[in-house]
Amino acid sequence: MSEALNAHTASPLAVAVEPFRFKTSLILQEATGLRASTLAQLSTLLREVPESCIYHHTHYFLLQHHYLTPEPSHDIAYWVSEVLGEQPLGELLAGIDTVGYADLKTLREALVTTIDDYRQRTPTAGLRFVSEGSEFFFLKSIRIIMPTPYVATTLKEFARALEHVSIRSLYFHIFDARLRLGRPANDFSVWLGEQLGLKELAQRVVTPDPYAYTLEALRSTLLSMLQHELKTADEAHADPR
Amino acid sequence: MPTLADYEPIIGGSAIDELREVAARLMDRHIVMVNSTRSGGGVAEILARMMPLLKELGLRARWEVIEGTEAFYRVTKKFHNALHGRPEAITEEMFRLFAATGEQNAARLDLQGDLIVIHDPQPIPLVETRAAHPSAKWIWRCHIDVSNPQPDVWNFLKPFILKFDAAVYSAAPFVQRMAMRQLLIAPSIDPLSEKNRELSPEEIAVVLGKLGVPQDEPIVTQVSRFDYLKDPLGVITAFRRVRRSVKCRLVLAGGPATDDPESDEVLHRAQEEAHGDPEIHLLMLPPNSDVEINALQRASAVVVQKSIREGFGLTVAEALWKGRPVAASAVGGIPLQVKHRYSGLLVHSIEGTVQAVKQLLNNPDYARRLGENGREHVRQNFLLTRHLQDYLLLFLLAGSSEDVVSLASRP
Repeated sequence: MSEALNAHTASPLAVAVEPFRFKTSLILQEATGLRASTLAQLSTLLREVPESCIYHHTHYFLLQHHYLTPEPSHDIAYWVSEVLGEQPLGELLAGIDTVGYADLKTLREALVTTIDDYRQRTPTAGLRFVSEGSEFFFLKSIRIIMPTPYVATTLKEFARALEHVSIRSLYFHIFDARLRLGRPANDFSVWLGEQLGLKELAQRVVTPDPYAYTLEALRSTLLSMLQHELKTADEAHADPR
Repeated sequence: MPTLADYEPIIGGSAIDELREVAARLMDRHIVMVNSTRSGGGVAEILARMMPLLKELGLRARWEVIEGTEAFYRVTKKFHNALHGRPEAITEEMFRLFAATGEQNAARLDLQGDLIVIHDPQPIPLVETRAAHPSAKWIWRCHIDVSNPQPDVWNFLKPFILKFDAAVYSAAPFVQRMAMRQLLIAPSIDPLSEKNRELSPEEIAVVLGKLGVPQDEPIVTQVSRFDYLKDPLGVITAFRRVRRSVKCRLVLAGGPATDDPESDEVLHRAQEEAHGDPEIHLLMLPPNSDVEINALQRASAVVVQKSIREGFGLTVAEALWKGRPVAASAVGGIPLQVKHRYSGLLVHSIEGTVQAVKQLLNNPDYARRLGENGREHVRQNFLLTRHLQDYLLLFLLAGSSEDVVSLASRP
């Protein structure tokens, strides 16, 4: 829906022309049979595996471990640090700003470059290997995207639905959205901006680094932003001066 | 048997809604599960609890069980060991008996359905009949660790496996490279079963009293069969080193491994090792001692699983679900259940076990946090309801090769 259609309605009390339909994403894991026991193998395979593998190992952990504080780093950084025992590289990999990459191709390049640069600088890292059974096993995410019964046309309805949807739904609209949209935005910010005309709120909804929160903490943060907006609007409505 | 609504307080309403939403797309589909026994063993246990839930969700789910002679089951036991990497002498006669039993069962069983799920190797030859059911999708669900199979047995089974639409394993290390879709579905525990349901402190005290285990000192427990691969002797050694600086008791609880000729020897050696030590309790529990295991796990300050080799190791998930801090070997499916230093401690040796158990006993706040994280990890990843969801997704995707599937709204 175009912004022009809704510009005149820009307010926390506005009604969207196009409702927000919450979806959810369920994941089944597929094995590729590929495994790495050294950094050289890890780097080679990271270049070759399908993008759904890169997605799996940089995103799926969020759903598996979303409740942990502090949250463990993504699969590749965790394996390099905790299994291979190359903590300095693990730290560099964990530090890759996943949220800064709007597509998996550039994220893949960043991972490979970080590993290869480190291997060049640290020749002893090439001596490390893990025993059978502890290798890095490359998996793929098969994503099943499905509608939920939650639909919102106003900010109030949106906030109410956000309280109830599953964390998988939240994950879909925040994390999957960024890769789908190809820019640092999420489905919530797009709808709030384009349908309700709430540009400032839309910007605030994008600001928190979603990788630095547990999913429940992210939900609470977003909800408090929405509730603040609603409260301000209610107060203004009650006292129009 | 519990209904889906009984799980809602544990996993939340939205997770149940999602199960119903997926299942609505499979309404009235015929699912046929086939395995080799209706009772005994983890597969039968999971199927017994899952079938009613599949039916409640509107699927027409049926459970068929193959039949065979004692000689057939001796062969399948040897296959099982060989697939786990334990050397077995397999003769041509044994392969013939296996295939012939498959043919007899194919003639006897009703395999009409939309999705046929064959559990483990015993019923695998049934896939030969798939031409008679051209529209059905066939799935091989492998519950065992086939990472290092004996080549003759694997080469015999592989042509059967390749006739399935997909194979499903419990953990990534178990997967072989094959030209077919291979999926991962972890096993699960049922939070409402006798082994995992909540117990009051009074119930726990009564059970421990009956078992003769005082609660005067912190209890360190390992629940497993008496098998060298579970390393009970290593656990006793580790315990004795821990006790030099921290007061505690050790409980080794489990049944004998009746199919393992070394089991008596292991038990005997553990008894010799523990003899005269009042703080070591070796408990030989009869089958179905679910409440006893539940109470022992809940009463433990630390649960150990110091296996040398492990399938998935669901005793770890059981302990984590009870919020217990766990020190466990990084083998088999255990690293999936324990994220080192987040939801438990992974160890690789007796020395590592000593260190981990001491840390957990001496730092109860840290231990409690690991236990709480572990319980959440199991809630999200290893409960029966997640297992059910994965099966529904598997049924929904059978025959598809897409990585992203978008489902439209239902009318």
